Parts: sequence; C-alpha cells; structure tokens
Amino acid sequence: MTFRRFARKYLVGIIAILVSVVVFLVPFIFVVLQAAKDPKEAGLMGFTLPSTWQVGQNFFEVIQTNNYQLLAAFINSFILTIVSVVIMVVFSAMVGYLLQRKRSKLNHVANFFVLAGLIVPPAVVPTIWVLQGLGIFDTLPGMILIEATLGLSFSILLFRAFVATIPRELDEAAVIDGAGPMRLFFRVILPLLRPVVITVVVVQAVAVFNDFTGPLYFLPSSDNPTVQLTLYNYQSQSVSQYNLLFMSILLITIPPLIMYIFFNRQIVAGMTSGAVKG
Amino acid sequence: MTTTAVRIDPANPTKAPGRSRGDKRRGVRSPYPSWFYIPAGVLYLVFFALPTFSSFYFALTRWTLFSQQFIGLGNFVQFFQTPALTQGFINTLIYGFLTSAAKVVLGLALALLLTSPIFGRGYLRAVVFFPVLVSTVGVGLTFKSLLDPFHGVVNSVLGFFHLPQPGWYTDPHLALLTVAGVDIWKGVGIATLIFMAGIVAIPSEYFEAARVDGAGSWNVFRNVTLPLVRPAMATVIILSLIGGLRSFDLIWAMTNGGPGFSSDVIASVIYKQYQAGFFGLSTAGNVILFIVVTAIMVPVQWLLNRREAEL
Repeated sequence: MTFRRFARKYLVGIIAILVSVVVFLVPFIFVVLQAAKDPKEAGLMGFTLPSTWQVGQNFFEVIQTNNYQLLAAFINSFILTIVSVVIMVVFSAMVGYLLQRKRSKLNHVANFFVLAGLIVPPAVVPTIWVLQGLGIFDTLPGMILIEATLGLSFSILLFRAFVATIPRELDEAAVIDGAGPMRLFFRVILPLLRPVVITVVVVQAVAVFNDFTGPLYFLPSSDNPTVQLTLYNYQSQSVSQYNLLFMSILLITIPPLIMYIFFNRQIVAGMTSGAVKG
Repeated sequence: MTTTAVRIDPANPTKAPGRSRGDKRRGVRSPYPSWFYIPAGVLYLVFFALPTFSSFYFALTRWTLFSQQFIGLGNFVQFFQTPALTQGFINTLIYGFLTSAAKVVLGLALALLLTSPIFGRGYLRAVVFFPVLVSTVGVGLTFKSLLDPFHGVVNSVLGFFHLPQPGWYTDPHLALLTVAGVDIWKGVGIATLIFMAGIVAIPSEYFEAARVDGAGSWNVFRNVTLPLVRPAMATVIILSLIGGLRSFDLIWAMTNGGPGFSSDVIASVIYKQYQAGFFGLSTAGNVILFIVVTAIMVPVQWLLNRREAEL
C-alpha cells in the first residue's frame, strides 16, 4: 500500500513533468533560442543552440525596425490596455453591484443583455460604421471604447457573483453614517471588491493586450499600431528575419508573463469564485 | 440572494422599509441608484447593440459604408452558393465542437491529475495555465515554425524515428485539425483551472464515504466526482463552444484560411469579404455566425442549466 502510494505520487508526477516539458516547455524554449540566433541559423528553424548568442543585438535591431515601430506599438498597447480595463472595471462593478443588491424590473433586462454580450459575436463592419459616424474610427479612443464594451459582460458576471459575499449590513451601516450612493459604492463597496477587481484586471488586461482581431478591424492604418498587429505585419513583410520575428514574440510575451507571476494566486482564486458559480 | 435583508430608511429608521417608490416620494434616495446602469449601458448600446441590430439591415444590402443598395436576401444566397463559403460554415462547426470536446476531456483529466497529491504539482499547474496568457498570434507563428513541413522540429523528430512527416498546415485535409490542435494546446489551461475549482469545491466527506463503502478509484470518479463537477463542466462547455465557434485569430495567424479554403471558418470568411470591400456580404456572414452561435448556445445553455437544477 505504501509503495503504491509512493509510486503514484512520484512516478505519475515525474511522468507528468516529462510530458509537460515536451508539450509545454519545448515551444517556449524554441522561441527563446530562435530569438538569440543570427538570421541564417534562425531560418533553419532547428531546435539547436545558437552558435553565437546575439540576444542584445537582436533586441536592439527589432526595436529600431521601421522607425521604432515596436516601441510605438508597445506604448499604444499599454495605453489601450490600461484605459479600457479601468473603464471596464468601474462600469461593470457598478452594474454587478446593482444586479446583486437592487431588485428591480431592470434586472431581467440587464441580465439578458449580459448573457447576450457573452454569446453574440460582435458585428464588425456595422461597428466600423458606428465608429465612423462618431468620428473615432481608426483612433485609439475608438479602440479603447470597443475593448471596454466587449469586456463588460464577462466582468459583470464575475462582479455579480462576488458582491453576494459582501454583507448588506455594511451598506446599511454606511447609509446610517450618512454616506450617499456614490460614497457607499466607491468608498465602501469597491475596496471590498479588491480580490475580484484584481482578477478582472489581470484577465481583461491580458485579453486586451493580446487582442488581434479588434485592432485588425478597428485600427487598420499604420498610425496607431498595437503590438499584436506589428507582430502580424512583421511576419508577412520580412520572411527572412526569423530571429527578429521570434525576438518580437518573446518581447510581447513578457508583459502578460510578469502579470501572471505577480498575480498567479489571485487569478486562480478569483476565476474559481466567479467562473464556477457564473 | 437574500430576500430578508432589511433596508433602513435613514429619514425614518423605525419604519419598515417600503418599496423604493415610497422612498422617492419622501425625497429619500435609494442607496442603489439606477443610474449606475447608465455608463455601462451607454457603451453597450452604442458599440454593441446598435451594430448588432443594424447588421440585420446591412446584411440585406450591397454596401460600401458610403452608399447602400437594398438587395434582399442576395447576400445570403451568394453565401450558400459559393463552395468556399459553405466550407467555412462546415469548418466552423467542426472546429467549435472538436476544440470544445477536447478541452472538456483533457481539462477534466488534467484537473484530476493536478488535484491529486502528485510530485511537482505547483510547477505543473503553472505550466499548463501559462499558454492561456500568451498572445494568440505569437502562439500561431511559433507553431507554424515548429510544424514546418520541411525543417520543422516536429517533422525532424518524426523523421528521426522513420515516421511519416505530414504537411501539418499545407495538407488541405489536415490544416483545420492542426489549427484546432494548437487551439486546444493553448486553451486547455482555462478548462483545467475551472475543473480544478469544481473538484476542490466537492466536500471531502463524499469521497471518504465512497471509500468506506468500498468504491474503487473508477467508481469514485464515476459516481462522485463526475456528477458533482457538472457545474464546472457546464462552464467549460459554454465558454469553449462560444470561443471555438467564433475563433479567428489563431486560424488567421497560422493558415489565413488556407490552403485553398480548407481551414476557413465563418469568422475568417467575414474578414476576407471585408478586406475585399464586400461589406454587405461580410455583414451577412456576421448574421450567419450570430444565428449559428445562438442556435447552438441557447439549447446547450438550457440543457446544462436544467441538469444543474435537478441536482
């Protein structure tokens, strides 16, 4: 019995680790190796160590390509991500809070819209038509509003599930102490929503930062590149420079990686509290 | 939701709380003002609902954004008469159901593994989830190199063992399945995470009771874990089906819908028609995608929720 338990714990674990190395780590090691090679070696696409490591050189070269386009793309992507996620968090927390607290006829309508927002695929060309009507097509503000809108439904679901865990007595205490609705929400409720705010921020920031389809449709000109678009255009332009292509893949993977390392636990906790009840 | 919670009227604390209409009459604001719906509602209506509703009209037109000409169902007729577009329709269904089914099975298996006390669990959990965070375009381009039919790492290894070396994304019969495989690789982490949460939430007494009754591992899984993990399974099925039916970016990054039209899905057809300037046709594709997704998701959701309620 003890031997069996030992075998199960270690043998299965070791096999799983070996499989995971092949299945999950090899692709990442491949990216890193490719990013460190010279163009000729990278073009061979082999899983070999580079004969000369030129990480620094590739890094500076990829940054300087097309007049520092990748740098501009990083700045745009950061602005897009930060602003749209802030909008998403505040607006959807307000809705999630109301859906959970207030019993009104509007709730059915709002719940229906939330569900529809999750299921219905966005109609792209009519969205372009709306953006053009407002004069914000192909601009960063337009893209921000689109990303914020598309993230609302999922965020509302997470917030709605979490607000239920905050006792109503707190609201009542705050009201007795003379807090208005705004103070009650922004000073009392929102700080208590911190765990789920972190989850929403991480999940949506990664989604917006990694979004490719949105910018492809709504930021078509090269005036406002995002990192995903830059990467995509890069591969169609310079076929021979695989080392630089993989260096850009590596670079745009770093921000989500940092987020993951910092918030690993919170993502898991928040996703589980929201997604399963969702 | 608690129905017994008491809302105290600050102006008149001894009185039992009335309906909000009563409060309003006395000029007392509810602590839950309805205008909290407005910011999100405006965004939703302008950038989501309005395009969605207008798409039903624009799908019936020949449209250039500047001029539109009503042509009835012409776009839809054209859509279903062109073999390339029909192919996209079928591919969407294959892709959606295949990726979703694989994520359910693999996700559940991985979750069972990662919730059992095995060696290296923390590392395994991290590594399975990590691809979820990586850019889809980056993943697509990486696998395009790894699966390259001539120098790719995968085919080199297969060649070393004298195994057949398929043209993963250059063979029309294989391209869609290859992209689906990469999609599963990238997305299985989310499914695993949701299943893990579901398994951890099962009270351990159930497992102990089953063991005391002499149930083996298979019976415990079959009769305890599987039924109780159903809410998590519903979430996984719904999320992965929605994602799979709508997916575009991985396909576009890896094959552009090719070779030929063999890996086109509705979403990539929509993009191609948009690129070619056929905005009406593109929007008709959107309406078809809307109908497909809704026609599949509404019964699926109803079925899954009903079963959940029976438990």
